[in-house]
Amino acid sequence: MSTHHHHDQDFLFKYVFSTDHKMISKQFLITGFIMGFIGMIMSTLFRLQLGWPGESFWIIDKLLGSWAENGVMAPDKYLALVTMHGTIMVFFLLTAGLSGTFSNLLIPLQIGARDMASGFLNMLSYWFFFLSSVIMLISLGVEGGAASAGWTIYPPLSALPQAIPGSGLGMTLWLISMAIFIVSSLLGSLNYIVTILNLRTKGMSMTRMPLTIWAFFLTAIIGVVSFPVLLSAALLLIFDRSFGTSFYLSDIYIGGQVLEHTGGSPILFEHLFWFLGHPEVYIVLLPALGITSEIISTMSRKPIFGYRAMIGSMLAIAFLSTIVWGHHMFVTGMNPFLGAVFTFTTLLIAIPSAVKVFNYLTTLWKGNIKFSPATLFSIGLVSTFISGGLTGLILGDSALDINVHDTYFVVGHFHIVMGLSAIFGMFAGVYHWFPKLFGRMMNNRLGSIHFWVTIVCAYGVFFPMHFLGLAGVPRRYYTNSEFPLFDNLMDINVLISMFAIAIAFGQLLFLYNFVYSALRGPKAPQNPWESNSLEWTTPVEHIHGNWYGDIPEVHRWPYDYSKVDKNGEYIGGKDFIPQTTPLFENETEEAH
Amino acid sequence: MMMVILVGVTVLLIAISVAQILKIAELNAISKGSNVYEISDKENKLQGTLMMVFLLFYFGFFAWQYYKWGDLMLPVSASEHGVGIDKLMNITWLLIIPVFIITHILLFWFAYKYAYKKNNKAEYFSHSNKLELIWTLVPSLALTVLILYGLNNWNKIMTPVNPEEEHVLLEVVGQQFSWGARYAGKDGKLGRAHVNYIEGTNFMGIDASDKNADDDVVVKGEFHIPVNVPVQFVFRSNDIIHSAYMPHFRAQMNCVPGMKTQFNFVPTITTKEMKKITNNENFEYILLCNKICGAAHYNMQMNIVVESKEDYEKWLASQKTFKENI
Repeated sequence: MSTHHHHDQDFLFKYVFSTDHKMISKQFLITGFIMGFIGMIMSTLFRLQLGWPGESFWIIDKLLGSWAENGVMAPDKYLALVTMHGTIMVFFLLTAGLSGTFSNLLIPLQIGARDMASGFLNMLSYWFFFLSSVIMLISLGVEGGAASAGWTIYPPLSALPQAIPGSGLGMTLWLISMAIFIVSSLLGSLNYIVTILNLRTKGMSMTRMPLTIWAFFLTAIIGVVSFPVLLSAALLLIFDRSFGTSFYLSDIYIGGQVLEHTGGSPILFEHLFWFLGHPEVYIVLLPALGITSEIISTMSRKPIFGYRAMIGSMLAIAFLSTIVWGHHMFVTGMNPFLGAVFTFTTLLIAIPSAVKVFNYLTTLWKGNIKFSPATLFSIGLVSTFISGGLTGLILGDSALDINVHDTYFVVGHFHIVMGLSAIFGMFAGVYHWFPKLFGRMMNNRLGSIHFWVTIVCAYGVFFPMHFLGLAGVPRRYYTNSEFPLFDNLMDINVLISMFAIAIAFGQLLFLYNFVYSALRGPKAPQNPWESNSLEWTTPVEHIHGNWYGDIPEVHRWPYDYSKVDKNGEYIGGKDFIPQTTPLFENETEEAH
Repeated sequence: MMMVILVGVTVLLIAISVAQILKIAELNAISKGSNVYEISDKENKLQGTLMMVFLLFYFGFFAWQYYKWGDLMLPVSASEHGVGIDKLMNITWLLIIPVFIITHILLFWFAYKYAYKKNNKAEYFSHSNKLELIWTLVPSLALTVLILYGLNNWNKIMTPVNPEEEHVLLEVVGQQFSWGARYAGKDGKLGRAHVNYIEGTNFMGIDASDKNADDDVVVKGEFHIPVNVPVQFVFRSNDIIHSAYMPHFRAQMNCVPGMKTQFNFVPTITTKEMKKITNNENFEYILLCNKICGAAHYNMQMNIVVESKEDYEKWLASQKTFKENI
């Protein structure tokens, strides 16, 4: 009896209330993916409505129940799906799922630490995230439906249940869930920052850190700077909704009566929201870029080109990301001078972004590229980062933004540059570090098929949206069929929807590969990708404290791939020199 | 229910068979003495080739879309400032598309050309200050041009109409889920308005005690504007944030409860002329809502008619004033 009890406790603390960063990383990954799959199914459902408006679908009838009478979703429930899809993808999959997984897994392993600075806070961070996920999912089932005001939840729409049913209990739960989510994010971020600053092993100077760690570090800093502002925005909104204050509300006539709120401004909310909202783009993007830097270098068997420029560009992006939020508000009636300032700061971001792209290209140039699924997704990320980033020059320019603002052009732009880039980075990370996560290997062939299906369908979904936007189609429309103006565009919507269905099925390949490999995949060797960084010196099976014996000392940067001596022979005899290898005789450390 | 079971069984069977195939492939590989996770030369070559195939597909898809849908984009701008916006847009495209094409060719061509071969050596090339300086400075210069040109346009567009100049003063009010428009009338002044005054047909909340309101003209469903005369718009909302979007005029401004916003443009093409340009007898200019505002957000529209000044004045005179209506 007592041994049984003991065993239970073991199970509970090993798998559930674990303080081990590797287990917490897996918890974030799996929770994030579950949320991501739910978000993806939502998007497939509303794509059915957009492609074939008003048609009855068996699957919509079965999955949405009272939200869709006779298999046709109600207009306000369409908005609920759009809102929840955005919220789940941006925050739960690409913020917590991406940062939570890889910051947790890689920070201690790559800097040479036994665990996070505070294992307990780390555990709390996950459980707050879990709780917020559960609340967000519960909000789907409440009366009036889930939040329906768009993921940006602008008041007064989000403040007044009279305006849309989803702004009742659904919105309350949304706000509570997000408040808890922000607590989780802050606990995680503070932990990452402290760990990186204090727990690096001997020899691991800041400029010997892998770029992944730099990316996680700056991501955490942006999070700490901007997430509290969203929390305050949410709190004020809660006050307006429930306690009769008027921070955001003024002069409103709705449902046949004039509300008592006076003196507030919804524009205040927009400022507060986007002060997080724009940095949020980089919170999801930077970790993906960091992961890509590491993978492209390792798999090209070449040092990352311009290591310091990469750090510099990330610093510039991190800084600029906090002073560009106004470009989401060019047409809110804000002072045109402010619009000019935000145009200037926004377009500046193109410079460090361009530097990053050219550095990736140069890293591939004259490489010896091994195409693992991780390599494929990393190259895919560079493509989406370019394709989506370039249209940012149009949206960031206030004069051009006037006519494409809030159209499908925007939907196409940010899904490619932020959605696809971040999810490609996340897939790349999972394929690359799967051996570290589960001690087993994923199937390469299935992985590459997954990649090709995904990238073809993803462009098939999002590229045509630019054309819809340039034809003047607004986003968040339940159907475009009410306007003769848009009648000719129906084909585009059908095509997009077909690709959307295909990409959803394509992800089953990944799901299958993931589950099968985690349980039955071949055992991972010590260093499957012949990588230099420190995580590959830890034992394949997970142990507390990460290394048997002492933590290894670091003697060089992590990008000594294919380093040759004067005679053109590999230094050390192989095309990679792990960070733990001391400098050889006559070898100088790379002045990267 | 039967259907669900059938689908479930099918999915399960497919999963099991894929698992078996994978297992066999792995065993096969192990029996041949190679590691399953090792990527063979053949595989690297295949993936490298697929990179080039994808490049062709991507460009082909891009061209196909342009060919197929290029004509469905918005027609020429029907406003004076819109011509400037379109020109700026074209300049930006001229910059973006070559960069898009060149970087993609480099990306996928490198991936193809430098696919792993056992006897190849990667070049240890870790940095070059010269190169990095080039690709910091060149984008900076290009952006300087874009920013300056863009802001020049922006400032012109956002400057309100000079009140001394001949113009039409037009207030547009959004509410769930319709639009209303109000002309200032002969005195050129809009009467006071506030949500507190909303009652019955007075959906715009006009204060009847304000003399300036007497000659105001309120319309629903459609508003007219004269060609080649500046229109100064004032926007309000009664309830939620709406956005007045007039794509053909390259005009958009949010309608925010509790404040007034404004925008102005000079329409240059009448509805009749635009019907000819677009070769579409049914063409109408349109004002639509472009900020999520509730369940029927997708269907909140108002027609706009651009006509000669004489026709416009005739039409306006035929409308009842606010005073006549109450």
